[in-house]
Amino acid sequence: MNKNVVVIGAGVAGMEAAGRLAIAGFAVSLIEKQESQGGHLNNWHQLFPDRRDGKEVSEYLRKLTQNDRIKLHTGTSIEKINHVKNIYAVTTSSGEVLNADAVVVATGFDLFKSSRKEEYGYGIYDNVITSADLEGMFQSGKIIMHDGRAPEKIGIVHCVGSRDEKVGNLYCSKLCCVTAVKQAIELREYLPASKVFCFYMDMRMGGSMYEELYREAQEKYGISFIRGKVSEASEAINNKIKIKVEDTLVGRPLKMELDLLVLMAGMEMSEGGKRIAAVAGLKTGENRFFAVADQHYGSNNSNLKGIFLAGTCVAPMNITETISHARAAVSEVIDYLNSTEKQRNG
Amino acid sequence: MDKFGFTISKGRQIDYDLNDRFIAEYIFEHEPSFRLCIECGGCSSTCSTGQFTLFSLRELHILIKRGENDKARQNIRKCMLCGKCMLVCPRGVNTRNVVLLARQAFQKENEHAV
Repeated sequence: MNKNVVVIGAGVAGMEAAGRLAIAGFAVSLIEKQESQGGHLNNWHQLFPDRRDGKEVSEYLRKLTQNDRIKLHTGTSIEKINHVKNIYAVTTSSGEVLNADAVVVATGFDLFKSSRKEEYGYGIYDNVITSADLEGMFQSGKIIMHDGRAPEKIGIVHCVGSRDEKVGNLYCSKLCCVTAVKQAIELREYLPASKVFCFYMDMRMGGSMYEELYREAQEKYGISFIRGKVSEASEAINNKIKIKVEDTLVGRPLKMELDLLVLMAGMEMSEGGKRIAAVAGLKTGENRFFAVADQHYGSNNSNLKGIFLAGTCVAPMNITETISHARAAVSEVIDYLNSTEKQRNG
Repeated sequence: MDKFGFTISKGRQIDYDLNDRFIAEYIFEHEPSFRLCIECGGCSSTCSTGQFTLFSLRELHILIKRGENDKARQNIRKCMLCGKCMLVCPRGVNTRNVVLLARQAFQKENEHAV
Protein backbone atom coordinates (compact mmCIF):
# COMPACT_ATOMS: atom_id res chain seq x y z
CA MET A 1 0.00 0.00 0.00
CA ASN A 2 1.59 3.23 -1.13
CA LYS A 3 0.29 5.66 1.45
CA ASN A 4 1.74 8.78 3.02
CA VAL A 5 1.42 9.70 6.66
CA VAL A 6 2.46 13.00 8.21
CA VAL A 7 3.55 12.84 11.85
CA ILE A 8 3.61 16.20 13.61
CA GLY A 9 6.15 16.37 16.40
CA ALA A 10 9.34 14.35 16.78
CA GLY A 11 9.34 13.77 20.50
CA VAL A 12 8.89 10.34 22.07
CA ALA A 13 5.36 9.78 20.67
CA GLY A 14 6.09 11.15 17.19
CA MET A 15 9.32 9.19 16.81
CA GLU A 16 7.72 5.95 18.00
CA ALA A 17 4.73 6.44 15.69
CA ALA A 18 6.92 7.37 12.70
CA GLY A 19 9.19 4.39 13.27
CA ARG A 20 6.33 1.91 13.55
CA LEU A 21 4.51 3.37 10.52
CA ALA A 22 7.68 3.04 8.46
CA ILE A 23 8.07 -0.59 9.55
CA ALA A 24 4.46 -1.14 8.45
CA GLY A 25 5.44 0.12 5.01
CA PHE A 26 4.13 3.68 4.92
CA ALA A 27 6.03 6.72 3.70
CA VAL A 28 6.31 9.07 6.69
CA SER A 29 7.04 12.77 6.89
CA LEU A 30 8.13 13.56 10.43
CA ILE A 31 7.80 17.27 11.18
CA GLU A 32 9.63 18.88 14.12
CA LYS A 33 9.68 22.58 14.91
CA GLN A 34 12.93 22.34 16.91
CA GLU A 35 16.27 21.92 15.20
CA SER A 36 16.62 18.35 16.43
CA GLN A 37 14.35 15.45 17.26
CA GLY A 38 13.88 13.94 20.72
CA GLY A 39 11.64 16.46 22.46
CA HIS A 40 11.75 16.94 26.24
CA LEU A 41 13.61 13.66 26.64
CA ASN A 42 16.80 15.41 25.46
CA ASN A 43 16.71 17.56 28.60
CA TRP A 44 16.20 14.73 31.09
CA HIS A 45 19.17 13.15 32.80
CA GLN A 46 17.76 10.01 34.41
CA LEU A 47 14.32 8.46 34.03
CA PHE A 48 12.05 7.19 36.78
CA PRO A 49 11.50 4.69 38.27
CA ASP A 50 14.60 2.67 37.34
CA ARG A 51 16.84 5.74 36.98
CA ARG A 52 18.26 4.66 33.65
CA ASP A 53 20.00 7.24 31.50
CA GLY A 54 17.50 9.15 29.34
CA LYS A 55 19.98 8.83 26.47
CA GLU A 56 19.28 5.09 26.25
CA VAL A 57 15.64 5.72 25.31
CA SER A 58 16.68 8.56 22.96
CA GLU A 59 19.07 6.16 21.28
CA TYR A 60 16.32 3.54 20.85
CA LEU A 61 14.06 6.16 19.22
CA ARG A 62 16.87 7.47 17.03
CA LYS A 63 17.56 3.97 15.71
CA LEU A 64 13.85 3.29 15.21
CA THR A 65 13.49 6.41 13.06
CA GLN A 66 16.57 5.66 10.93
CA ASN A 67 14.43 4.29 8.14
CA ASP A 68 14.48 5.17 4.45
CA ARG A 69 10.72 5.58 4.50
CA ILE A 70 10.94 8.42 7.04
CA LYS A 71 11.72 11.93 5.91
CA LEU A 72 12.57 14.15 8.87
CA HIS A 73 11.82 17.86 8.55
CA THR A 74 13.41 19.68 11.48
CA GLY A 75 13.11 23.39 12.13
CA THR A 76 9.74 23.16 10.42
CA SER A 77 6.32 24.10 11.70
CA ILE A 78 2.84 23.66 10.27
CA GLU A 79 1.09 26.56 8.55
CA LYS A 80 -2.09 24.96 7.26
CA ILE A 81 -3.91 21.64 7.16
CA ASN A 82 -6.58 21.37 4.45
CA HIS A 83 -8.87 18.42 4.06
CA VAL A 84 -9.90 17.40 0.54
CA LYS A 85 -11.80 14.12 0.34
CA ASN A 86 -9.53 11.56 1.96
CA ILE A 87 -6.37 13.62 1.58
CA TYR A 88 -4.91 16.09 4.04
CA ALA A 89 -2.77 18.79 2.46
CA VAL A 90 -0.27 19.84 5.11
CA THR A 91 1.51 23.12 4.37
CA THR A 92 4.78 23.57 6.26
CA SER A 93 6.63 26.74 7.19
CA SER A 94 9.09 26.08 4.37
CA GLY A 95 6.21 26.38 1.89
CA GLU A 96 6.14 22.69 1.07
CA VAL A 97 2.73 21.01 0.70
CA LEU A 98 2.69 17.40 1.91
CA ASN A 99 -0.24 15.28 0.82
CA ALA A 100 -1.11 12.82 3.55
CA ASP A 101 -3.56 9.97 3.67
CA ALA A 102 -3.47 10.22 7.43
CA VAL A 103 -1.99 12.58 10.01
CA VAL A 104 -0.67 11.69 13.45
CA VAL A 105 -0.56 14.65 15.83
CA ALA A 106 2.13 14.16 18.47
CA THR A 107 2.74 17.71 19.60
CA GLY A 108 3.40 16.75 23.21
CA PHE A 109 3.34 19.06 26.22
CA ASP A 110 4.95 22.26 27.48
CA LEU A 111 6.20 22.50 31.04
CA PHE A 112 4.17 24.87 33.18
CA LYS A 113 5.85 28.28 33.32
CA SER A 114 6.74 28.40 37.00
CA SER A 115 7.10 32.19 37.03
CA ARG A 116 3.30 32.27 36.86
CA LYS A 117 3.25 31.10 40.48
CA GLU A 118 4.81 34.36 41.56
CA GLU A 119 4.53 33.45 45.26
CA TYR A 120 7.35 30.94 44.78
CA GLY A 121 9.63 33.57 43.29
CA TYR A 122 10.91 31.74 40.23
CA GLY A 123 12.75 34.30 38.13
CA ILE A 124 12.80 36.65 41.11
CA TYR A 125 14.93 34.88 43.73
CA ASP A 126 18.34 33.51 42.85
CA ASN A 127 17.94 30.09 44.41
CA VAL A 128 14.52 29.04 43.16
CA ILE A 129 14.76 26.67 40.21
CA THR A 130 12.47 24.26 38.36
CA SER A 131 12.63 20.49 37.97
CA ALA A 132 13.84 21.05 34.38
CA ASP A 133 16.63 23.36 35.58
CA LEU A 134 17.67 20.68 38.06
CA GLU A 135 17.84 18.06 35.29
CA GLY A 136 20.16 20.44 33.45
CA MET A 137 22.34 20.58 36.56
CA PHE A 138 22.38 16.78 36.77
CA GLN A 139 23.43 16.63 33.11
CA SER A 140 26.26 19.06 33.75
CA GLY A 141 27.19 17.22 36.97
CA LYS A 142 27.18 20.47 38.96
CA ILE A 143 24.51 21.04 41.59
CA ILE A 144 25.15 24.56 42.72
CA MET A 145 23.42 27.60 44.09
CA HIS A 146 23.57 30.98 42.42
CA ASP A 147 26.81 31.84 44.23
CA GLY A 148 28.49 28.63 43.09
CA ARG A 149 28.37 26.80 46.43
CA ALA A 150 26.71 23.43 46.89
CA PRO A 151 23.30 23.60 48.61
CA GLU A 152 22.95 21.79 51.93
CA LYS A 153 19.25 22.10 52.52
CA ILE A 154 16.94 21.66 49.58
CA GLY A 155 13.16 21.88 49.36
CA ILE A 156 11.06 20.40 46.58
CA VAL A 157 7.57 21.79 45.96
CA HIS A 158 5.12 19.38 44.33
CA CYS A 159 2.11 20.39 42.22
CA VAL A 160 3.48 23.64 40.73
CA GLY A 161 0.94 24.40 38.03
CA SER A 162 -1.06 21.22 38.69
CA ARG A 163 -4.23 20.72 40.75
CA ASP A 164 -4.40 24.48 41.07
CA GLU A 165 -7.47 26.45 40.13
CA LYS A 166 -5.47 29.67 40.48
CA VAL A 167 -3.57 28.86 37.30
CA GLY A 168 -6.52 27.22 35.59
CA ASN A 169 -5.18 23.67 35.80
CA LEU A 170 -7.51 21.42 37.74
CA TYR A 171 -5.82 18.21 36.66
CA CYS A 172 -2.95 16.25 38.17
CA SER A 173 0.14 16.07 35.95
CA LYS A 174 0.77 12.73 37.65
CA LEU A 175 4.50 12.49 36.91
CA CYS A 176 5.79 15.29 39.11
CA CYS A 177 5.47 13.26 42.35
CA VAL A 178 7.68 10.48 41.10
CA THR A 179 10.00 13.00 39.42
CA ALA A 180 10.35 14.74 42.78
CA VAL A 181 11.22 11.46 44.48
CA LYS A 182 13.72 10.60 41.75
CA GLN A 183 15.32 14.04 41.85
CA ALA A 184 15.45 13.99 45.66
CA ILE A 185 17.35 10.69 45.51
CA GLU A 186 19.72 12.04 42.85
CA LEU A 187 20.33 15.15 44.95
CA ARG A 188 21.23 13.01 47.96
CA GLU A 189 23.63 11.01 45.81
CA TYR A 190 25.34 14.07 44.35
CA LEU A 191 25.36 15.84 47.70
CA PRO A 192 25.55 13.21 50.47
CA ALA A 193 25.70 15.90 53.18
CA SER A 194 22.48 17.53 52.03
CA LYS A 195 19.02 17.33 53.56
CA VAL A 196 16.07 17.13 51.18
CA PHE A 197 12.43 17.93 51.97
CA CYS A 198 9.48 17.25 49.70
CA PHE A 199 6.34 19.33 50.23
CA TYR A 200 3.36 17.51 48.79
CA MET A 201 -0.45 17.65 48.79
CA ASP A 202 -0.84 13.93 48.07
CA MET A 203 1.84 11.47 47.08
CA ARG A 204 0.53 10.03 43.83
CA MET A 205 2.74 7.04 43.25
CA GLY A 206 0.42 5.29 40.82
CA GLY A 207 2.89 3.70 38.48
CA SER A 208 4.83 0.50 38.30
CA MET A 209 7.61 0.63 40.91
CA TYR A 210 6.86 4.21 41.94
CA GLU A 211 5.81 3.37 45.50
CA GLU A 212 8.95 1.27 45.90
CA LEU A 213 11.03 4.29 44.84
CA TYR A 214 9.20 6.44 47.40
CA ARG A 215 9.94 3.90 50.11
CA GLU A 216 13.58 3.75 49.05
CA ALA A 217 13.74 7.56 49.22
CA GLN A 218 12.65 7.39 52.86
CA GLU A 219 14.53 4.29 53.92
CA LYS A 220 17.83 4.55 52.08
CA TYR A 221 18.15 8.27 51.42
CA GLY A 222 16.45 9.72 54.51
CA ILE A 223 14.38 12.18 52.50
CA SER A 224 11.69 13.96 54.54
CA PHE A 225 8.17 14.26 53.19
CA ILE A 226 6.01 17.01 54.63
CA ARG A 227 2.35 17.15 53.70
CA GLY A 228 1.27 20.66 52.88
CA LYS A 229 1.16 23.13 50.03
CA VAL A 230 3.88 25.77 50.32
CA SER A 231 2.00 29.05 50.37
CA GLU A 232 4.93 31.36 49.72
CA ALA A 233 8.67 31.61 49.49
CA SER A 234 10.69 34.71 50.28
CA GLU A 235 14.34 35.56 50.13
CA ALA A 236 16.11 36.30 53.40
CA ILE A 237 18.98 38.76 53.70
CA ASN A 238 21.44 35.83 53.77
CA ASN A 239 20.08 34.78 50.35
CA LYS A 240 18.33 31.74 51.83
CA ILE A 241 14.79 30.93 50.80
CA LYS A 242 12.26 31.08 53.60
CA ILE A 243 9.15 29.05 53.08
CA LYS A 244 5.79 28.93 54.79
CA VAL A 245 3.75 25.76 54.76
CA GLU A 246 1.15 24.12 56.93
CA ASP A 247 2.32 20.76 58.18
CA THR A 248 -1.17 19.40 57.71
CA LEU A 249 -0.43 16.16 59.55
CA VAL A 250 0.53 18.07 62.67
CA GLY A 251 -2.13 20.65 62.00
CA ARG A 252 0.20 23.57 62.54
CA PRO A 253 2.00 26.07 60.31
CA LEU A 254 5.71 25.50 59.76
CA LYS A 255 8.55 27.69 58.58
CA MET A 256 11.95 26.69 57.30
CA GLU A 257 14.98 28.20 55.61
CA LEU A 258 16.38 26.48 52.54
CA ASP A 259 19.44 26.91 50.34
CA LEU A 260 17.64 25.85 47.19
CA LEU A 261 13.98 25.49 46.27
CA VAL A 262 13.01 23.23 43.36
CA LEU A 263 9.58 23.64 41.75
CA MET A 264 7.98 20.58 40.20
CA ALA A 265 6.52 22.12 37.05
CA GLY A 266 3.44 20.37 35.72
CA MET A 267 2.52 19.51 32.16
CA GLU A 268 0.30 21.67 29.96
CA MET A 269 -1.02 21.40 26.42
CA SER A 270 1.78 22.70 24.21
CA GLU A 271 1.52 26.02 22.41
CA GLY A 272 2.38 24.13 19.22
CA GLY A 273 -0.55 21.78 19.84
CA LYS A 274 -2.91 24.72 20.30
CA ARG A 275 -1.79 26.09 16.94
CA ILE A 276 -2.39 22.74 15.26
CA ALA A 277 -5.85 22.59 16.86
CA ALA A 278 -6.63 26.00 15.40
CA VAL A 279 -5.32 25.38 11.87
CA ALA A 280 -6.75 21.85 11.55
CA GLY A 281 -10.04 22.35 13.38
CA LEU A 282 -9.22 19.82 16.08
CA LYS A 283 -11.22 20.00 19.27
CA THR A 284 -9.60 20.47 22.64
CA GLY A 285 -11.06 19.41 25.97
CA GLU A 286 -11.53 20.94 29.40
CA ASN A 287 -7.88 20.80 30.28
CA ARG A 288 -6.91 22.26 26.88
CA PHE A 289 -5.32 19.00 25.75
CA PHE A 290 -6.76 17.51 22.54
CA ALA A 291 -10.23 16.06 23.05
CA VAL A 292 -10.33 12.34 22.37
CA ALA A 293 -13.25 10.62 20.63
CA ASP A 294 -13.70 8.20 23.50
CA GLN A 295 -11.94 8.22 26.82
CA HIS A 296 -11.84 4.42 27.10
CA TYR A 297 -11.50 2.97 23.62
CA GLY A 298 -10.87 5.92 21.32
CA SER A 299 -8.07 7.90 22.92
CA ASN A 300 -6.14 8.02 19.63
CA ASN A 301 -9.12 9.34 17.66
CA SER A 302 -9.82 13.03 17.24
CA ASN A 303 -13.00 14.71 16.02
CA LEU A 304 -11.61 14.48 12.45
CA LYS A 305 -11.44 11.30 10.43
CA GLY A 306 -7.90 10.60 9.37
CA ILE A 307 -6.25 12.74 12.06
CA PHE A 308 -4.98 10.69 14.99
CA LEU A 309 -3.55 11.67 18.35
CA ALA A 310 -0.51 10.20 20.06
CA GLY A 311 1.16 10.83 23.41
CA THR A 312 1.03 13.73 25.82
CA CYS A 313 -0.91 16.05 23.51
CA VAL A 314 -3.91 14.15 24.90
CA ALA A 315 -3.07 14.02 28.62
CA PRO A 316 0.01 13.78 30.87
CA MET A 317 1.73 10.43 30.31
CA ASN A 318 5.03 8.86 31.24
CA ILE A 319 7.38 7.50 28.57
CA THR A 320 6.06 3.93 28.80
CA GLU A 321 2.49 5.14 28.30
CA THR A 322 3.55 7.56 25.56
CA ILE A 323 5.22 4.79 23.58
CA SER A 324 2.22 2.47 24.02
CA HIS A 325 -0.16 5.27 23.02
CA ALA A 326 1.90 6.02 19.90
CA ARG A 327 1.86 2.34 18.91
CA ALA A 328 -1.90 2.28 19.43
CA ALA A 329 -2.20 5.34 17.16
CA VAL A 330 -0.27 3.46 14.48
CA SER A 331 -2.71 0.57 14.74
CA GLU A 332 -5.60 3.03 14.30
CA VAL A 333 -3.89 4.56 11.25
CA ILE A 334 -3.43 1.13 9.66
CA ASP A 335 -7.09 0.20 10.22
CA TYR A 336 -8.22 3.54 8.84
CA LEU A 337 -6.06 3.35 5.72
CA ASN A 338 -7.16 -0.23 5.06
CA SER A 339 -10.80 0.82 5.27
CA THR A 340 -10.35 3.82 2.94
CA GLU A 341 -8.47 1.59 0.51
CA LYS A 342 -11.37 -0.92 0.54
CA GLN A 343 -13.89 1.87 -0.06
CA ARG A 344 -11.89 3.09 -3.05
CA ASN A 345 -11.56 -0.39 -4.55
CA GLY A 346 -15.08 -1.47 -3.68
CA MET B 1 -3.69 43.96 91.40
CA ASP B 2 -6.47 43.43 88.94
CA LYS B 3 -5.76 41.28 86.02
CA PHE B 4 -6.84 42.87 82.78
CA GLY B 5 -7.07 39.62 80.90
CA PHE B 6 -4.24 40.34 78.49
CA THR B 7 -2.11 37.34 77.66
CA ILE B 8 0.69 36.60 75.28
CA SER B 9 -0.18 33.82 72.89
CA LYS B 10 2.64 31.47 72.14
CA GLY B 11 3.12 31.17 68.40
CA ARG B 12 1.69 28.04 66.87
CA GLN B 13 4.19 27.96 64.03
CA ILE B 14 6.70 25.14 64.01
CA ASP B 15 10.13 26.71 63.64
CA TYR B 16 11.84 23.79 61.99
CA ASP B 17 15.31 25.33 62.01
CA LEU B 18 15.14 26.24 65.69
CA ASN B 19 13.79 22.91 66.92
CA ASP B 20 16.10 20.23 68.23
CA ARG B 21 15.44 16.86 66.65
CA PHE B 22 17.77 14.78 68.82
CA ILE B 23 14.95 12.39 69.83
CA ALA B 24 14.18 11.72 66.17
CA GLU B 25 17.88 11.28 65.34
CA TYR B 26 18.25 8.80 68.19
CA ILE B 27 15.29 6.75 66.94
CA PHE B 28 16.45 6.92 63.29
CA GLU B 29 19.80 5.56 64.37
CA HIS B 30 18.45 2.60 66.35
CA GLU B 31 15.22 1.89 64.48
CA PRO B 32 15.62 2.91 60.80
CA SER B 33 12.07 1.76 60.01
CA PHE B 34 10.96 4.97 61.78
CA ARG B 35 11.75 6.75 58.48
CA LEU B 36 9.13 4.73 56.64
CA CYS B 37 6.02 6.16 58.32
CA ILE B 38 3.61 7.70 55.81
CA GLU B 39 1.26 9.08 58.46
CA CYS B 40 -1.68 6.90 57.50
CA GLY B 41 -2.97 6.69 61.08
CA GLY B 42 -3.54 2.95 61.09
CA CYS B 43 -1.64 2.69 64.38
CA SER B 44 -3.78 5.35 66.06
CA SER B 45 -7.04 3.80 64.92
CA THR B 46 -6.25 0.44 66.50
CA CYS B 47 -4.63 1.88 69.63
CA SER B 48 -6.48 1.00 72.86
CA THR B 49 -4.98 3.97 74.66
CA GLY B 50 -6.13 6.25 71.89
CA GLN B 51 -9.73 5.06 72.31
CA PHE B 52 -9.87 6.48 75.84
CA THR B 53 -7.28 9.26 76.09
CA LEU B 54 -5.79 11.99 73.96
CA PHE B 55 -3.04 9.84 72.61
CA SER B 56 -2.16 9.39 68.95
CA LEU B 57 0.89 7.40 68.01
CA ARG B 58 0.78 8.90 64.52
CA GLU B 59 0.88 12.40 65.96
CA LEU B 60 3.62 11.38 68.38
CA HIS B 61 5.75 10.17 65.45
CA ILE B 62 5.40 13.37 63.49
CA LEU B 63 5.91 15.66 66.50
CA ILE B 64 9.18 13.88 67.26
CA LYS B 65 10.23 14.21 63.61
CA ARG B 66 9.57 17.94 63.68
CA GLY B 67 11.41 18.38 66.97
CA GLU B 68 8.21 19.34 68.85
CA ASN B 69 9.41 17.30 71.81
CA ASP B 70 7.39 18.82 74.66
CA LYS B 71 4.07 17.41 73.59
CA ALA B 72 5.66 14.08 72.77
CA ARG B 73 7.27 14.00 76.22
CA GLN B 74 3.90 14.59 77.89
CA ASN B 75 2.30 11.67 76.11
CA ILE B 76 4.97 9.06 75.66
CA ARG B 77 4.15 7.25 78.95
CA LYS B 78 0.53 6.65 77.94
CA CYS B 79 1.48 3.84 75.56
CA MET B 80 0.91 0.39 77.10
CA LEU B 81 3.29 -1.29 74.66
CA CYS B 82 0.66 -3.81 73.56
CA GLY B 83 2.02 -3.72 70.02
CA LYS B 84 -1.28 -3.81 68.12
CA CYS B 85 -0.03 -0.85 66.09
CA MET B 86 2.80 -3.00 64.74
CA LEU B 87 0.29 -5.50 63.43
CA VAL B 88 -1.55 -2.95 61.29
CA CYS B 89 1.33 -0.77 60.06
CA PRO B 90 1.39 -1.01 56.22
CA ARG B 91 5.00 0.15 56.08
CA GLY B 92 6.28 -2.36 58.64
CA VAL B 93 7.46 0.29 61.10
CA ASN B 94 8.50 -1.24 64.42
CA THR B 95 6.21 1.17 66.22
CA ARG B 96 6.63 -0.33 69.67
CA ASN B 97 10.39 -0.01 69.48
CA VAL B 98 9.91 3.61 68.37
CA VAL B 99 8.07 4.29 71.63
CA LEU B 100 10.69 2.45 73.68
CA LEU B 101 13.52 4.34 72.00
CA ALA B 102 11.73 7.65 72.43
CA ARG B 103 11.42 6.89 76.16
CA GLN B 104 15.11 6.05 76.29
CA ALA B 105 16.01 9.26 74.50
CA PHE B 106 13.87 11.35 76.85
CA GLN B 107 15.49 9.50 79.76
CA LYS B 108 18.95 10.41 78.47
CA GLU B 109 17.84 14.00 78.12
CA ASN B 110 16.81 13.99 81.79
CA GLU B 111 20.11 12.47 82.87
CA HIS B 112 22.01 15.17 80.97
CA ALA B 113 19.87 17.85 82.53
CA VAL B 114 20.76 16.71 86.03
